[in-house]
Amino acid sequence: MQVYIRSAAAISPQKTFDGATFLGDPIEHNSTRLICVEPGYDTIIAPKLIRRMSRIIRMSVASALTCLKDADVASPNAIITGTAYGCLEDTGIFLGNMIRHQEEPVAPVAFVQSTHNTIGAQIALLIGCHGYNNTFVSGGASFENALTDAAMLLAENDKGTVLVGAMDEITDMSYAVLSRMGLYKRGAVSNLNLFDSNSKGTVGGEGAAFFLATNTPSANNIARIDGVKTFYKPANTTEIEQQIASFLTEHNITANDIDLLITGNNGDVKNDEIYTELQHSIFIGVPSAKYKHLCGEYPTSTGFALWIAVNIIKTNSVPAALQGSRTLRNKADKLLIYNHYQNNFHSLILVSAC
Amino acid sequence: MNTVVFVAGVGVISAIGNNLPECIGALEKGETGITDINYLPTNHRGSLPVGEVKLSNTELAALSGFSPAASRTAMLSMVAAVEALHNSGIGKLQGLRTGFVSANTAGGIDKTEDFCIDFINDHNKGKLRDMLYHECGTITAMVAEKLGIKNHIVTISTACSSSANAIMYAARLIKHNMADAVIAGGTDALTRFSLNGFNTLMVLDEQYCKPFDEHRNGLNLGEGAGYVVLVSERVASMLSNDPYCTLSGYNNANDAYHQTSTSPEGNGPFWAMTGALKMANLQPEDIDYINLHGTGTQNNDSSEGAAIEKLFDPAYPKMSSTKAFTGHTLGASAGIEAVFSALSVQRGFVYPNIRLHTPMAEFSFVPETEFSKRPDLRHVLSNSFGFGGNCSSLVFSKV
Repeated sequence: MQVYIRSAAAISPQKTFDGATFLGDPIEHNSTRLICVEPGYDTIIAPKLIRRMSRIIRMSVASALTCLKDADVASPNAIITGTAYGCLEDTGIFLGNMIRHQEEPVAPVAFVQSTHNTIGAQIALLIGCHGYNNTFVSGGASFENALTDAAMLLAENDKGTVLVGAMDEITDMSYAVLSRMGLYKRGAVSNLNLFDSNSKGTVGGEGAAFFLATNTPSANNIARIDGVKTFYKPANTTEIEQQIASFLTEHNITANDIDLLITGNNGDVKNDEIYTELQHSIFIGVPSAKYKHLCGEYPTSTGFALWIAVNIIKTNSVPAALQGSRTLRNKADKLLIYNHYQNNFHSLILVSAC
Repeated sequence: MNTVVFVAGVGVISAIGNNLPECIGALEKGETGITDINYLPTNHRGSLPVGEVKLSNTELAALSGFSPAASRTAMLSMVAAVEALHNSGIGKLQGLRTGFVSANTAGGIDKTEDFCIDFINDHNKGKLRDMLYHECGTITAMVAEKLGIKNHIVTISTACSSSANAIMYAARLIKHNMADAVIAGGTDALTRFSLNGFNTLMVLDEQYCKPFDEHRNGLNLGEGAGYVVLVSERVASMLSNDPYCTLSGYNNANDAYHQTSTSPEGNGPFWAMTGALKMANLQPEDIDYINLHGTGTQNNDSSEGAAIEKLFDPAYPKMSSTKAFTGHTLGASAGIEAVFSALSVQRGFVYPNIRLHTPMAEFSFVPETEFSKRPDLRHVLSNSFGFGGNCSSLVFSKV
């Protein structure tokens, strides 16, 4: 797999955009709903276009355009997005209007922008990109599928660039529904103490993260993705261990080669059991870091995790804002992201220095 | 890398039939599936014709094995996926890495609509179980679980080209030796969300749609699911039945012209078709039949027609849109039409573009209006274009 990351840009509930120091000043949210820190868009997107865009569209488009600019790529060969929920806000607006107006015709804008490929399409439209354009909506594996697609495309083409992104938003509706389903903790909690609460539930999150992937070696490349794998509803811990072991073998490494393991703990005691178990078995002695207290839980949070991994490699340091043992085994050479979303999809992303 | 990908099985449910033999029967006889609305609970009953699958949710639940309270999108998917799986014979082989790549455009939004009626006035109201199906990915996962598939459970959503992209992605998983067999296609149920959405765009014909007719007046929405079972050469050689055809070419391009309409000159459609032909190593004159996207809207048919003229003039292959039979089934359309295209290659079927009375004045080609069998047919092109400029074409070829 020859997948280099040339640039990475993310908008998240932390200051991750606009050239801020890498997670240097973590934001405390005293709520079970972590909302993104939005930048000023005027220098990135024309104001008349921003007004028409929902929050997830403008956050994603701004991340995508910034990522392309940082990579010095005007138009990539392909644009691939991964989003579990798509454009929820527009979906909710159209549904509400349809019901309130008893199916009398209303403005079509929300319907048009509710389709899951809106973001990939908007980026293509803005930069005039006529290449391959695809959108994965596979729940907790959406971003991983997008990465796999990017890796296949780069293997199929001699020279190529692929813009690949992960995005999901929380809306009032989704927050209300997921709260009623019991996903979130009851009562306010500080995200910075998320892993101390020893209780049920997590905190909701959102974000947009984009990467410029290429198969062309260059001194400007920051990191390399060596492998991506997902598996669905494993029967038990043994199966999870087998899946991870076969992934490591496939990439000719052992757990001892991993300089840092980035895990998807979300603060829900039940959800996090597996991470603890594995850190006593297959990942024993592997330095680790947790990230979801910074971005909250959402199905494409591994996009944010990859943004973190790429920046750890770039700076060869683990920011204090992450939690866990955090000390790199040697230097930031091999990082493994392991996440599961509600024990449906589990995923592994192996990232190396290049 | 594997180089050849075969179509080993097909499965379909649509307005013209609940399975493959029923759909073939209707196509041969030229019998449309478009009717007044009988099942969808909507105020548009009696005013907007649609291509409904002729089964209630209770009947579909019995056929699919899902609860009658589940999303209709999942039930349709299950019925067609099971048929495709059985049809292929891959279930008899042990140890295959089998994937399920299924597209849809709005997940279980039929259930979200029910939920929202009470929820929009009080966020503590609405049956929570109706929200279990909302995500597109959930529909695919539900069906994969019932089929016993654990590898590559993938959902794609690129509007009306969704299931063409699912078929492409599945083929590439096989070519990259990441899977041995993949059930690929898509599903979409008719919902108030899509019906009202397209109605606000004013692209729905209040009469039965007439794709590629000079006096066409919009599309009729439909519903259904269609899947092809793609397999590697190694798997194809182990199966007792001959494959239907190969998937010899495909391409995905973006028109990047407008969020909902295609460029007048049909750039995206042209690039999608030329790219697919190039991959299949074919010249335009090698194509024997085109299953058109042909929705019946002013914009699509003139834009697709312009691209076809540019690519094929003056020697046009036979062509037709089958959407006058099924309605436009959105995320399922390229899956359903891939099934029709695979059959076309295998049995030489050329489908009629029913209700075409006055060919479009701007073009010198005329789509087929009668069903025919052409045993010499070798290569079929299938087009799918959608919102967001997403344009994809597939080429199916004789083995």
